[in-house]
Amino acid sequence: MTALTMPAHSERDASRRPVPWRRMAWVSWRQQRLSVAGLVAVLGAVSLYLLFIGQQARSFNGIAGHSLTLTAALFQVIPALVGAFVGAPVLAKELESGTFRYTWTQGFGRARWTVATLAPLAVAVTVLAGAVGLLFSWCYSPLIGGHYGSNLLDGNTFDLHGVAFAAWTLTAFSMGILAGILIRRVVPAMLATMVAWSGLAIVTGVFLRPHYEAPLVSSAPNLPSADWVMSQWWTRGGKPVSSSTIDQVLQRAGATVNGGSVTQSPGSGLGNMSPAQYLLHHGFTQFQSYQPDSRFWTFQWIEGGWLLALSLLLMGTAVWLVHRRAA
Amino acid sequence: MNVIEATGLGKRYGSTWALLECSMAIPAEHVVALVGPNGAGKTTLLNLAVGLTAPSAGTVTVLGGTRAGSPAARDGIAFVAQDAPLHKNLSVADMLHLTRNLNLYFDQGYAEARLAELAIPLNRKAGKLSGGQQAQLALTLALSRRPQLLVLDEPMASLDPLARHDFMATVMAAVADDGVSVVLSSHALAELERVADYLVILSSGSVQVAGEVDDLLACHRVLSGPDAEASRSEHLDVVHALHSKAQTHLLVRTDGSASPVPPGWKARPISLEELALAYLRQPGAASLPGPSRARHLEPTEVAR
Repeated sequence: MTALTMPAHSERDASRRPVPWRRMAWVSWRQQRLSVAGLVAVLGAVSLYLLFIGQQARSFNGIAGHSLTLTAALFQVIPALVGAFVGAPVLAKELESGTFRYTWTQGFGRARWTVATLAPLAVAVTVLAGAVGLLFSWCYSPLIGGHYGSNLLDGNTFDLHGVAFAAWTLTAFSMGILAGILIRRVVPAMLATMVAWSGLAIVTGVFLRPHYEAPLVSSAPNLPSADWVMSQWWTRGGKPVSSSTIDQVLQRAGATVNGGSVTQSPGSGLGNMSPAQYLLHHGFTQFQSYQPDSRFWTFQWIEGGWLLALSLLLMGTAVWLVHRRAA
Repeated sequence: MNVIEATGLGKRYGSTWALLECSMAIPAEHVVALVGPNGAGKTTLLNLAVGLTAPSAGTVTVLGGTRAGSPAARDGIAFVAQDAPLHKNLSVADMLHLTRNLNLYFDQGYAEARLAELAIPLNRKAGKLSGGQQAQLALTLALSRRPQLLVLDEPMASLDPLARHDFMATVMAAVADDGVSVVLSSHALAELERVADYLVILSSGSVQVAGEVDDLLACHRVLSGPDAEASRSEHLDVVHALHSKAQTHLLVRTDGSASPVPPGWKARPISLEELALAYLRQPGAASLPGPSRARHLEPTEVAR
């Protein structure tokens, strides 16, 4: 066997340098353009809808906009879908189809390939979701407070606004990436992403968000309706009064108490007063703990901040796993 | 220079060792056939050599002491995995572009000339090519990187005889033109006979036979003689014995010189296929160069 060494061999030994990062631009685009197109299509459709509703909310005194609170629930699934359809396949597809044996043995290197694939996608997902979130805030603003009684910190819509929506979408994307390398199959990774993301979103809404800052307590009878009331209780003479005591007081006054609802029969001791007014007149004081709506942006940045940190951690773990293990 | 050098190499998946205490040194400028039964650890060994997976024990270096999977190793080694994985939804031209972007060196001229020769259209999706064409495309992508070492894992497993022949012709042309070293694992013993000049037999996770094909063939002969005389073969180094009604065929190891043939017996040279089959049938037998040979040739390990 003759050994005709190609000139390239000695050249490469003399000046070994890594394959430049910019070479990945075309690769990422070519491999992810379908995902990006789908992302733009879905978020574009959502944006058009929001623009339409936002216009209507302004021209018809917010009546049309009120339907937004109904559709808001549907928007909640957008981050989960982005995580499942854009995030999960990135690594799972390589592993499931076996092409990782090609991709990860090329000169570029697999950890660098992963970073160069994830970074532009993560930025695109975050920026697009952020834009949709801002549009949602604009669309929703006529409904805040006043007649419709909606508030910004409400659990149903808080995570659809600007910063939080971008952060939640990035988190779902990162969960998809990590699920992809852990599960190594596209469809199970997609399902796992949706389940994990929903779990985190629920836990956050119920247990974490109310405690980003200590709630304020007020005995003012009428709080602005834009504030987020978290709990209320009665006191008399500085001592807390249990709800059963309240019920007894109202019953003695002639009202019918059934569970939590109070019905007043005509000519009862309550007269023309509402139960709350009656209690206030008889020495009771109502306290409410609440998050004022002025804390909205603080809460948005707190949630955005820890979700960003979590996302970076998840993606970092995925890159480390690609670097560490394979085959 | 050794293109692959393993020392006490082991890889564990869960509780089973796919490769255990594997030591070998595969010299450069050979076409090395890696042979062994299913589950012997061939794919594991190749994955370790190309850096797709990390060893659980021991070390493996490539291209003369470079750590497997390091940037220098990735530049110098092109790998075609089993079933030639390609991005099925990319066109052939896109696969070329992809490979060019992922590597420092890519010979676009060679790739295009090669594909034209094979009549593989550039605008066809990789997934729409025939099995043989996909294998040829994967091989062309690998060779266009001008690697020092080409690693092929079961490249011919899913190919028809004609496609196998064409595939190996491409490999051998690159060997002749470019001096690329080749390590390929395969079950196709007959195909290997034509191309391989170095043989490694893996058996249940460790090396059973390693050596240049010419040396191995020179050191082994088939002796045939009457069964009654079989006892005479006691002093011979028998790898494998095949008893039929009238005759006994013995595959024996010699020192290369004309060793004595028992009276009434006939000696004939052996083919690579016969040699490989005999060792595969006797996992206890070993033929290794250097110190490891002494260790593995304990009397108890040699087949009776």
